[in-house]
Amino acid sequence: MSTRLSKGGRLIDRSAPQEFSFNGKTMRGLAGDTLAAALLANDQMLLGRSFKYHRPRGLVAAGPEEPNAIVGLGRDGRFEPNQRVTTTELFDGLEAASQNHWPTLEFDVGVINNTLSRFLPGGFYYKTFMWPRAAWKHVFEPIIRRSAGLGKAPTARDADRYEYTYSFCDVLILGGGIAGLQAALVAGASGARVMLLEQSAHWGGRAPVDGDVIEGKPAEVWINSAVQTLAALENVAMRLRTMGAGVYDHGYVLAEEKIADTTPGDGRPKHRLWRIRTAQIVTATGAIERPLSFAGNDIPGVMLAGSVREYVVNYAVSPGDRTVVVTNNDDAYRTAIALVQAGLAVPCIVDARASVTGDLPAKARAMGIRVETGKAIAKVKGGKRVTGVSLCVQAGEGAVLEEISCDAVAMSGGWSPVVHLWSHCGGKLIWDKTRAHFRPDASRPPTGQDGLAMVVPVGNANGAMTAAEALICGAKGGAAAAEAAGFKAEAKAAVAEAAPEADMEAVWIMPQGAGPALKAKMWLDYQNDVKVSDVQLAAREGYTSVEHTKRYTTLGMATDQGKLSNINGLAVLADALHEEIPQVGTTTFRPPYAPVTLGALAGESRGDIFQPLRKTPMHAWHEKNHAYFEPVGLWRRPYTFPRAGENHEQAVHREVLNTRTNLGLLDASTLGKIIVKGPDAGRFLDMLYTGVMSSLPVGKCRYGLMCSEQGFLSDDGVVARIDEDTWLCHTTSGGADRIHAWMEDWLQCEWWDWQVYTANVTEQLAQVAVVGPNARRVLEKLGGMDVSKETLPFMQWADGTLGGFPARVYRISFSGELSYEVAVPASMGLAFWEALHAAGAEFGAMVYGTEALHIMRAEKGFIMIGDETDGTIIPQDLNLGWAISKKKADFLGKRGQERNYLASPDRWKLAGFETLDGSVIQDGAYIPSAGKNANGQGNTQGRVTSTYFSPTLKKGIAMGLIKGGMDRLGDVVEFTTITGGVVKAKVVDPVFYDKDGEKNNV
Amino acid sequence: MSNAVSALGHASFDGFAKVREIGPIGMISLRAKADLPGLAAAIKAAVGTGVPAQRQIEIAGDKAAGWMSPDEYLLLLPYGETDAALAAIAEALRGQHHLAVTLSDARAVFRIEGAKADQVLAKLSPVDFATLGSKELRRTRAAQVAAAFWKDGDGYTLVCFRSVAAYVMGLLSHSATSGSEIS
Repeated sequence: MSTRLSKGGRLIDRSAPQEFSFNGKTMRGLAGDTLAAALLANDQMLLGRSFKYHRPRGLVAAGPEEPNAIVGLGRDGRFEPNQRVTTTELFDGLEAASQNHWPTLEFDVGVINNTLSRFLPGGFYYKTFMWPRAAWKHVFEPIIRRSAGLGKAPTARDADRYEYTYSFCDVLILGGGIAGLQAALVAGASGARVMLLEQSAHWGGRAPVDGDVIEGKPAEVWINSAVQTLAALENVAMRLRTMGAGVYDHGYVLAEEKIADTTPGDGRPKHRLWRIRTAQIVTATGAIERPLSFAGNDIPGVMLAGSVREYVVNYAVSPGDRTVVVTNNDDAYRTAIALVQAGLAVPCIVDARASVTGDLPAKARAMGIRVETGKAIAKVKGGKRVTGVSLCVQAGEGAVLEEISCDAVAMSGGWSPVVHLWSHCGGKLIWDKTRAHFRPDASRPPTGQDGLAMVVPVGNANGAMTAAEALICGAKGGAAAAEAAGFKAEAKAAVAEAAPEADMEAVWIMPQGAGPALKAKMWLDYQNDVKVSDVQLAAREGYTSVEHTKRYTTLGMATDQGKLSNINGLAVLADALHEEIPQVGTTTFRPPYAPVTLGALAGESRGDIFQPLRKTPMHAWHEKNHAYFEPVGLWRRPYTFPRAGENHEQAVHREVLNTRTNLGLLDASTLGKIIVKGPDAGRFLDMLYTGVMSSLPVGKCRYGLMCSEQGFLSDDGVVARIDEDTWLCHTTSGGADRIHAWMEDWLQCEWWDWQVYTANVTEQLAQVAVVGPNARRVLEKLGGMDVSKETLPFMQWADGTLGGFPARVYRISFSGELSYEVAVPASMGLAFWEALHAAGAEFGAMVYGTEALHIMRAEKGFIMIGDETDGTIIPQDLNLGWAISKKKADFLGKRGQERNYLASPDRWKLAGFETLDGSVIQDGAYIPSAGKNANGQGNTQGRVTSTYFSPTLKKGIAMGLIKGGMDRLGDVVEFTTITGGVVKAKVVDPVFYDKDGEKNNV
Repeated sequence: MSNAVSALGHASFDGFAKVREIGPIGMISLRAKADLPGLAAAIKAAVGTGVPAQRQIEIAGDKAAGWMSPDEYLLLLPYGETDAALAAIAEALRGQHHLAVTLSDARAVFRIEGAKADQVLAKLSPVDFATLGSKELRRTRAAQVAAAFWKDGDGYTLVCFRSVAAYVMGLLSHSATSGSEIS
């Protein structure tokens, strides 16, 4: 039985009971408990099922390394799968449910896999699902997906809010144990800006649990005084519940702060992601205890010795009445002592070492605890709970000497420094043979932009395993980091009472000569069910790389990322390969250190502010008038404005016909507008455009094309000459920022001595296309300037006022109709737009959207960037040779277009298409031709680029590229259809409507 | 003639700091090299301040001049005074290569006020507020869009593009929500 002790518990408040539920059963805990402690206090040792064999699993650890005790927390919008109970703080009303079992935790059908375990060896997935290929998709994957994944993905929208915070400091200390606190005291005293983060809810780490004595007093006294000193320093910021998740280049660190986990729905952000830039990082991340590999080491009740001690000391929870301690080191004796001091029974300490002479064992012996040296656990007995252990000699093969009944086992295989954050950005490790662990290699640190070390490991995380060592190491590390950041520091350390420990002995298998039957029950990775026998099998099958073995066996690939299993696993692998551990090496440590909530990574970016949506000044009007929007870059542009009873197609057709017969109004504000000014502006534009812009007279407009250096068509638009040295370049809606950047790139990097300035004025102006036979009438009604054919002919512009609005009016047309584009200041855009609608009512004014715009331009045979172009098209392909100057010595793209592939007469070129039956050619259709290519695919001779039903002509029209281009006029070709058929179409002139331009010439 | 209206009609939000959309404010983008003869006179004539040093903003009452890049300045002034300022600049820089253009309507302007106003911005912009100068014009980003801000009185003035005004208002409101104070 695990239970709450009547006395003790340094972190709990016995006067504040908390009610919570586990699998629907109401339980009681205390304020200050972790969920793990509260569950143990309620004798809930069975907490889940393992992934592959569905074996019953209980708590192993007390921190983020916990592999077994992961649950689903909360419900609905606050449901979170895969939460470790060891890092979950208890609160009143908490709801938890176990995972990976069916139908119940106590009786689980999947446990049948356990009986079949000899048919599910390491590499099972690789071996089984290779063949037949189709079976993977239709048989294996669906089954695995249903049975796999420990937690279930939430189905409801996350009810919580999250945010980022950017922060800066000189010295960032990750870990608030005594080494981290000591480092902070030293760095803080130097005047450096210090940030100290601790993942748990308490400062001081394990020192109080271990009974350390600092400056002659219990560690807790020193910790409290250190925290007070630091809190009083203006240059030190401290945060609890904030985990350093990842270390990145140039001193960049991500940390996750838990804010409202225990107060769901209080309005505060649930988590906050800290994005920190620091000069130096101190990793004071502590160490994680390793399990020992003995048969049945996964049976609920077998726990890490340090964690057992933590539950007793911090939470006054005993994992069992009778606890057998099994160890290869002195530290585990502290657990035995703590248990006995708490009034519990320790029937035996099983120590694998032949000779045990240290101070701690002496103390244990003096307390009357039985110590068996040179011994091992042959096997743990029990199913859902430990009932006893059988002992054997460590040097042997497991012959049972004695059986001891107990209800818990506290194991310690030594401690591994938490080197994750040191390693994220390239820090290397060395193998410490004495302590049998990897620790940071100070001579190969992760380096910053200056090539110097940017991370300083301290305390347990640096292999300084005693309190005395850790404090000295912390002080030195804090000083080193502060000095590296440019401050003067003094590495003065608090003095801890020395508690000498005898050397440990590396024990990777217990007993060392265990046979296959025992090894098949020695768990390395609890969560993914990887055993000693699996790793040894992988080695026999030729897996020599630790990275390959990891993936083959799935060792360390579960949500705990092998925090307990990696070192034991690679030691077993090294042994099987007859290599030394450092030769085998570790797998790669990657961020995050422990799972970070996706919501925190998303930060504020969800809902309305998921991404910036650009809105024109008329956007609200569009919304009010039921616009159906489409994305154009980050803009949302109205695609069409459906009326009651209309579908989108009907609405678009109405908009086209009304524009062609009456008056259409389009919000063209998104059109890019870039001012180019200076003595060299004309020369500059002649280089950017394929045509000549320097010769454009003031007051006139000219259509221009821009190409990339390779010659491919990149953007198009109308250029207006404003004055002697000023031009205004219109770009496509999606191209404004890109073209502006393109201009600045050439001006800043290549032609830096040309006198040209640019300004992107896209958003300064609201622009309205006033289109159709009545366009002039509505502008004349608004009045204020002469927009007659004589004063303002096609391809000219004029400044003036319209209806009192300051306006620049361009006589340009993308529809073939009489058309003006009117630019007014954006802050008056909506008012002008409404004035136009009011004035235009009598002329049949009607708003139209981008789809009507597209159809009308296609009826006129005008190309559209992104439809007729895709980055592989040159202007010549689109019969736009007329817009390319033959006289200019150079322009961007000229050289590219001269390359033989682009100059080839065989290139597909633009033509118009009309189906023989009047139907609409499908988007993306190809024109097949005879024969097959080298890859056995059917040959093609062209494809459609724009295809619409023309409401004006009442038939399908299309533009496309075809080998031979306009030379094929009159040919009948076949376009593919999505269902495998073909549709016949005639090659025609792409100008379907008003070929002579009479509509516009009025 | 219609009145100029700001992008959000002076939307505001009260959290642990106060967020207000203000404006429209007159803005001129002046592009000129720092050593251009007449530059100091042009800025003086337009907004009455000196030429701002690198990353600085010179504020004089309701007018200001900010350094945007080695050859770009942002001039701030009352909305209706941009034409006169442009004329003054043209006069002072006659014959000198420069570009001055009104961008008042291309921008949205926000005020973030209160003792913890910096915490609102620290959630959105990678800016070190401890080292931000009292006269610094900080060009940065607010989450996913370009922004610039400076300290003015008991808060900050933030400028962004007009088309993303609603997005930025959403960001600032989210960040200023009561209970989400960083410290």
